[in-house]
Amino acid sequence: MSSEHPRPRRRSAHASLTAHGEPWVWLTGGALALSIAMITGLLLFIAARGAATFWPAPLELVEAAAGRRALGEVSAREAARGDAGGRRLLRIANFELTGNHFEWFDDGAISATSRPPWATAVERLEGGRFHGFPVRLLHGTEVVAEGPEATWAAFEREHGPVRRRWRETVRIDKHDRGRLQRELRAARLAVVQAGLDADDDAGRTPAVVAAEAAERETAGRVEAAVALLDERTAALRGQNAGWGLEMETAEGGRKVIPLEAIVRAWQPNRLSFTGKLGVYGSRWGEFLADDPREANSAGGVFPAIWGTVAMTLIMALLVAPFGVLAALYLREYAARGPVTTAVRIAINNLAGVPSIVYGAFGLGFFCYGLGAGIDELFFRASLVADKQPTFGTGGLLWASLTLALLTLPVVIVATEEALSAVPNSMREGSYACGAGKWQTIRRIVLPRALPGIMTGLILAMARGAGEVAPLMLVGVKKLAVDLPIDGTFPFVHPEREFMHLAYLIYDVGFQSPNSQAAQPMVFTITFLLVTIIVLLNVAAIWLRSRLQRRYVAQQF
Amino acid sequence: MSTNVEPSSTRDAPSGFAGGPGSGAAAAAGAAGDRLVAVASGRDVPSELHPEVREETPVLEIDRFNLWYGAKQALHGITMPIPNNKVTALIGPSGCGKSTLLRSVNRLNDLVQSVRITGDMRLNGDSIYDPRMDVIELRKRMGMVFQKPNPFPMSIYENVVYALRIDGETNRAVLDEVCELSLRGAALWDEVKDRLHDSALGLSGGQQQRLCIARAIAAEPEVLLLDEPCSALDPIATGKVEDLIQELRGRYSVLIVTHNMQQASRTSDYTAFMYLGRLIEYGPTTGIFTKPILRETEAYVTGRFG
Repeated sequence: MSSEHPRPRRRSAHASLTAHGEPWVWLTGGALALSIAMITGLLLFIAARGAATFWPAPLELVEAAAGRRALGEVSAREAARGDAGGRRLLRIANFELTGNHFEWFDDGAISATSRPPWATAVERLEGGRFHGFPVRLLHGTEVVAEGPEATWAAFEREHGPVRRRWRETVRIDKHDRGRLQRELRAARLAVVQAGLDADDDAGRTPAVVAAEAAERETAGRVEAAVALLDERTAALRGQNAGWGLEMETAEGGRKVIPLEAIVRAWQPNRLSFTGKLGVYGSRWGEFLADDPREANSAGGVFPAIWGTVAMTLIMALLVAPFGVLAALYLREYAARGPVTTAVRIAINNLAGVPSIVYGAFGLGFFCYGLGAGIDELFFRASLVADKQPTFGTGGLLWASLTLALLTLPVVIVATEEALSAVPNSMREGSYACGAGKWQTIRRIVLPRALPGIMTGLILAMARGAGEVAPLMLVGVKKLAVDLPIDGTFPFVHPEREFMHLAYLIYDVGFQSPNSQAAQPMVFTITFLLVTIIVLLNVAAIWLRSRLQRRYVAQQF
Repeated sequence: MSTNVEPSSTRDAPSGFAGGPGSGAAAAAGAAGDRLVAVASGRDVPSELHPEVREETPVLEIDRFNLWYGAKQALHGITMPIPNNKVTALIGPSGCGKSTLLRSVNRLNDLVQSVRITGDMRLNGDSIYDPRMDVIELRKRMGMVFQKPNPFPMSIYENVVYALRIDGETNRAVLDEVCELSLRGAALWDEVKDRLHDSALGLSGGQQQRLCIARAIAAEPEVLLLDEPCSALDPIATGKVEDLIQELRGRYSVLIVTHNMQQASRTSDYTAFMYLGRLIEYGPTTGIFTKPILRETEAYVTGRFG
């Protein structure tokens, strides 16, 4: 058939543009570029702020109106705006003398600023920093050195040994004494337990008598050991006593700081670049390896690193079998029907429940339900004698279980996806060889789906490691120096409360008495948390690629 | 119109049926075309079985077998003996139920929820659909090769000895021997003997399919089921697999589904022609291809329909 009318021209400029698709390339590519820019920006910001915290900034001596003088790090500046002049925030330290950690100075009121070479920043065990000039090094009544140069040299000589002795006493107090106290408590609780085991009218049973004898024996042994420890710590303290660094503030006040209370001191205005690098490294070392001090706003975060990693790994170990088995049933065994669909919808909805809900459930069910039951059964003595729950309160195990529950939907959904991606022809091939259902799943389906399952686990770990809200209810504490996994029998203490980096960010940022000084720490801890999550993920991805090589060497 | 047509009368029927080009309605209504028309309209027609197939010793007997997918009947009263140690080909147009029949032999159709069957099959006298029959034990007595090569994601070696592994065989010497014998049997040994422990997924398509055949014959099956084993392969690989089937002839009972008439005529001893879930004609391959009883069969094997 031929038409009398010619067909209209089909191609307009617009049609050709959309058909060729350039605008869509730009739209989709632009969206991706924007996402990448935001994520890189976030990471760079955190990394820059977090890494700068420990760099020793110069100390400025500021002379203001009315003879006011202050020595400190400039931690913020505000440019002049309208008729208001510029001003700067000085970390003046010396809290016990000034009553402030920070002070604003108007630029207009400042008559002179300088960076005196002998200006010294002293980081103390408590009371925050001290800024001033070294005057004398004292040992009892004896003046060891006088004048800034001699004093500083003497300080650098004497500080090391004093600190070593101090660390030794702390180790004895915390570790050795703690162990003895625990032994004593165990013996005491054994007596209580023996009494509880006996019938009410049986009186003092042989078991009670034996336990009491054991307690007396332990008490005697502990007493002797404590006496020995006392002797050693007294000797160490005696050697440290009397050592003091006398400092002069910018205002002219003087203060003697005990040498053993000085964590470190540095003179940033005199330091070379490598010297600054040394201070920087030593502060990072303390941050990563030590316990926190000063309400977590200074010192290290080692217990929190330990807690975060332990909790995330235990959570992954708990969630992996449950999630994979549940997904296996749903995908491989359950008949398709309304019930399976409903279960699947429920699982997906579970992923959207606010995490604090899981926290409330964990507290009510795990801590007060399961934990209290365990205490009644196995730890009654502690409950009766000390009114102290063992498992009946928040702890590492309950926190890990709660987070395992929280991340379960992620693992189930990812595993189901991975299982459905295994071609049916493989299952049929296996059945045709005479394999049973479980043999097929174990030998063909699971190995083939393993990389996908690992991806789900990685997502779950990333989600779990960054969670705070539920943890606050089920076992994370502001300060818990006893690690949940340590060298004392039975090595793993799942009932112990622990510290967590994500919670520490909240605590340092909002609960710190010296929030201005704690602010840089917030960024450093955030930086550390992100790094740890990245490291955990890299480890999991490495594991996945190894499994991939093993099971799926090449694709079709 | 009668649904039972005398075989002899079909020979003299006018050519052309089922609305072929140039043929009128009257010609299609002729005696020969009626079978396919009758089948299409859902009436029963008897299968033409050549006497030769009844003289052979059967390894597998299919006995009035019906199968439904939900409400739709896919196989209608199939009755056919499969001769021992011979190659039997199933041919017919797409959707005629060849693969369904093959998958019913090792009860792979059990995996489909909506399948319902009546009738029975017997493997060397043992009822396949007996409720007491253990389907896993049953499948161990058969080997199957699928349309698309489906090697497992493991090494060549592990693929071949898979059937033994799931039986718990751990004796290295036994496994090694079975692996070599099966790979030699599948004419693959020389190509892979130096990389037995490499992934099977690194082989070419034709090699993968021969590996699947090696896997299927590793457990010494009573019947070997081949479901269009060459349809995903290029001509050279197809030639190799066909040569292999020739070598297996006489040692194994092979039931092969194929779309390719030349392949059926080249490789098989017996051929069964199926149409819309029914067995139309079944006899020695030479008979089916050179002097079939039914015109419909002749029309199909000469490519005039289907």
